[in-house]
Amino acid sequence: MNFEFPEELQLLRDTARRFLYERSPASVARRVMESGENYDVSLWREMGAMGWIGASIPEEYGGGGLGRLPICVLAEELGRALAPVPFSSSVYLAAEALMLFGSSSQKQEYLPRLACGDAIATFAYVEKPGPFGASRQDTRVVDGYLSGQKLNVPDGLSADLAIVAVRADQDEPSLQIVLLAEPGVSRSSVETIDPSRGHARIDFQNVRAEPLPGAFGDKAIQMVLNRAAILMAFEQIGVAQAAMEMARDYANDRFAFGRSIGSFQAIKHKIVDIYVAVELARSNAYFGAWALESEAVELPIAAATSRVAACDAGWIATKENIQVHGGMGFTWELDCHLYYRRAKLLGLALGSGRDWKRKLINHLISPEMLGASNLAHKDGSCGF
Amino acid sequence: MDFKDSPDEVEYRAKCRAFLSSTAELRKPGEVRGYRRGEDGPNVVPSARAFQLAKWKAGFAGITWPRDWHGQGGTPIQQMIYDQEEAEFSTTVNAIGLQLQVCVPTICRWGTQEQRDRFAPPALRGEEIWCQFFSEPAGGSDLGALRTQATRVGDEWVINGQKIWTSLAHEADWGVLIARSDFDQPKHEGLTFFYLSTKTPGLEIRQIKQMSGSSHFNEVFFKDVRIPDSQRLGPVNGGWKVAMSLLMGERYTLHDEFGPSYKELLALARELELETGPALQDPGVQERLAEFYVKAQGLRFTRYRAMTALSQGKAAGPEASIGKLVTASLVQEAVSYGLELMGSVGIEASKNLPLDGIFQEAFLDSPALRIAGGTDEIMRNTIGERVLGLAPDIRVDKGIPFRSIPSGSR
Repeated sequence: MNFEFPEELQLLRDTARRFLYERSPASVARRVMESGENYDVSLWREMGAMGWIGASIPEEYGGGGLGRLPICVLAEELGRALAPVPFSSSVYLAAEALMLFGSSSQKQEYLPRLACGDAIATFAYVEKPGPFGASRQDTRVVDGYLSGQKLNVPDGLSADLAIVAVRADQDEPSLQIVLLAEPGVSRSSVETIDPSRGHARIDFQNVRAEPLPGAFGDKAIQMVLNRAAILMAFEQIGVAQAAMEMARDYANDRFAFGRSIGSFQAIKHKIVDIYVAVELARSNAYFGAWALESEAVELPIAAATSRVAACDAGWIATKENIQVHGGMGFTWELDCHLYYRRAKLLGLALGSGRDWKRKLINHLISPEMLGASNLAHKDGSCGF
Repeated sequence: MDFKDSPDEVEYRAKCRAFLSSTAELRKPGEVRGYRRGEDGPNVVPSARAFQLAKWKAGFAGITWPRDWHGQGGTPIQQMIYDQEEAEFSTTVNAIGLQLQVCVPTICRWGTQEQRDRFAPPALRGEEIWCQFFSEPAGGSDLGALRTQATRVGDEWVINGQKIWTSLAHEADWGVLIARSDFDQPKHEGLTFFYLSTKTPGLEIRQIKQMSGSSHFNEVFFKDVRIPDSQRLGPVNGGWKVAMSLLMGERYTLHDEFGPSYKELLALARELELETGPALQDPGVQERLAEFYVKAQGLRFTRYRAMTALSQGKAAGPEASIGKLVTASLVQEAVSYGLELMGSVGIEASKNLPLDGIFQEAFLDSPALRIAGGTDEIMRNTIGERVLGLAPDIRVDKGIPFRSIPSGSR
């Protein structure tokens, strides 16, 4: 049994935590939120120079070729630091889509620029409220030109290119690469519940698009979302962990009725419940990391399990952190709301916990899964 | 990252498997693990004793105990592998096994080599069963409030008082006891630890009928019970430390799934039709099932993290402490949801129901999980204070003589 990150990644975690503690305290996310910047440009450049952005991209395309585990570690630390950078859009979503479905010339063209951070990419798929379905999309491609509208595209204003989901009920692949400087693209900033991360509405009117040749049907889009959900779970856990520590420290320092409020069981038990949710989410995300790293058949199940647990932990931790802080927790001045905003933003960005619960059960009862190899179920309990 | 055993672990697992296959039957599909059905049956203790003897002969009794405790001198990961394998078989050893894991190491840790030689082998062979005379009507979660009195008379101690929730006392041969030897000391400083035969004159054991109808626990009355001073463990008035070393062992057990959970709910949902068709296609059912699944998987992978640490020769991380707390409510909630899915049919307590009526039985059994071995509230205090470093509660009974501590009427 080796269900733990390898030693060298523990070192990466320490390095990343120290760097971000100095370079991206919560005041940086607050600055981006208040100033209307799209992201912290110099932080992003430094991350590129350290090789973080391209860690999972193969060496032949200018990356570190280190697989997905370093991304899991970095994601958690970036979440903890509320880092206002387009890491999730470029790395978890766009780079993964290119690596899964891109032709070798597409990979050659785009991945090296993404790997060093010179270019930013995003994933544009949302069109309507509610759960995503490729057949519910209105965006279409006609003769290589794409038209439609995408809502709430993360980093939509700062991205250089987007992987765009289009209607799946035709022969055309359902994922298309669009360069956002092309004529016919118009972008407008969207005000979200978390302005420390930029989002945009993007209108496409007969914009030249390039299909990702391997990406057919809803399944292709779900494959990208599954991979991103696991990486995002680590970022969500980082946010939740930071909020839990904030609540714990405040409960120990704050005195009322002549004693630290953490000594009251009502507060103590609340913080323990946060801890429990975070640890359950972390254990599930470890399973996700294993599935991603080993390309296991259980990946869709591991992704949904990671996602559901991480959404739960993010919500419990950040709302109860405000509660522990009392009235001060509701002020603009304290950082509690930054965690609360970010946790919910990340908890909705790839589809909500509600959507992923349904996906999870449908995977669990699907005929393919019932016969699937099942490495992780040695102890015989609650398998599927 | 992988889930593979090391070569040594592969070999050990195969040995466990070979022994278990020759001694016990594989658990049947749908048979719920750790579930207490039939635990009160007349054959349970004899068959548990027989199985314990088989374990001893095959070298699986006291796996982690040192050699001079008559154990196997093995590692925690070996114990965990054995437990995993045993979980796939239908065995009834749990009842005597837990007390064995808790009581006898206390004798071995605090007693002489002579006492180890006298008590460890018969216990490991299943010949002598142990119990713990700990909780009292006035000292449950607050164990340190116990009032059973130990008075020194020459070379003997005279015990008067009452214990309760003593698992297995009616079957046990020996028990460990903690009693108050000095009422003028602060609560934790006036306690002394002993062991005694359950056949000692003056000891009266009465079974308690539980809300589920079965009788697993006892109340035990001590009336002028005399114990020689040679059966004292640890110093006079130093019993709290001895008791704590014992309870730490109890809390460290890494709890597995216990009672009906996601898997049984899924099996139930497969059989049921709701208003809109099969239950498994119902969005509301899907959401609830997913929540149970995610929690159960979180627990399982938390155990795997602990197992990884043990496998590398390290101590399990603090997250291992959430297992009991999470499992207890998971089972109770899963059981309630299972009954809810059955609707009005769910009120019937019959083995003809889906899954042999285990939901109905576990409904009445599951409240115990949130109380036994540390209530949910005590578990949260322990995690909050020891893991997260939150300040302890203000204690009104601290540092004052025990006899001056206020006590209520219940």
